[in-house]
Amino acid sequence: MKFGVLQFPGSCDDRDAVEACARVGDAVLLWHADRDLHGVDAVVVPGGFSYGDYLRAGAIARFSPVMESVIEFANDGGLVLGICNGFQVLTEAGLLPGALLPNTGRRFVCRQVDLEVVDADTPFTNLCAPGERLSIPAKHQTGRYHAPGLDPALVVVRYAAGHCFNGSQDDIAGVRNARGNVFGLMPHPEHAVDPLTGSVDGLRIFESMAAHVGAAHVAV
Amino acid sequence: MPRVQVLIRPKSGILDPQGKAVERALPALGFDGVSNVHVGRLVELDVEDVSQVDAMCERLLANTLIEDYEIVS
Repeated sequence: MKFGVLQFPGSCDDRDAVEACARVGDAVLLWHADRDLHGVDAVVVPGGFSYGDYLRAGAIARFSPVMESVIEFANDGGLVLGICNGFQVLTEAGLLPGALLPNTGRRFVCRQVDLEVVDADTPFTNLCAPGERLSIPAKHQTGRYHAPGLDPALVVVRYAAGHCFNGSQDDIAGVRNARGNVFGLMPHPEHAVDPLTGSVDGLRIFESMAAHVGAAHVAV
Repeated sequence: MPRVQVLIRPKSGILDPQGKAVERALPALGFDGVSNVHVGRLVELDVEDVSQVDAMCERLLANTLIEDYEIVS
């Protein structure tokens, strides 16, 4: 299992994403100006402030050379995980439905939140139980999910009752595309992979991806 | 080269926390009778071909799921 973590100017969670991926497989950084995905099995679009969040969060990164390859990779069925700014980039790219708006409270908020796994039958949550709670940190100012007319079947994780601080529609924390191979969420599973930082629940997302890719290899 | 201004606003019906904050701040300064405050963006550009600006808005300058834009020449 080889993960590729994108690196834009302004990314800041790319190193943590590599650390998290490296716990379940191999991980390499993919520079934004390089179209070559170097044969990775899955792409992680990490958190941060790509291109300084200029214009809108994710709006410029979405047109970077590497994203052209990621869009092609996703359209071919490749696994793509977008975290925080990565989620914003994937919505801007049209790979995921909806958009992220400024938090209703206007402020940047950083706190540990409980997520509820709504759909445990995805390549990103297959090692979770339906309804299971994951304790994962969230840190953002532009995380209010907005997707009028969203198919409820695309919701993968919600903020548990009382944990949604950003005003997201129906407490949605993360959604997938219709095909199920692209998933984005605002909270940061890559920051919850070591007991040192209080929770290892985030590891489940990366382990699920590895299990999915492993099973696909066996099937081939 | 023609100078073009693009006004980008949060779509009506979508909560605009920045607008709300400004709306609440004004009465505190003694400016009463202010409502419906919205904060958007202004993009100014010199362009050779003004007919391309609409496509620029659709592809990059605005996210039409959450924003409306208006081209002012």
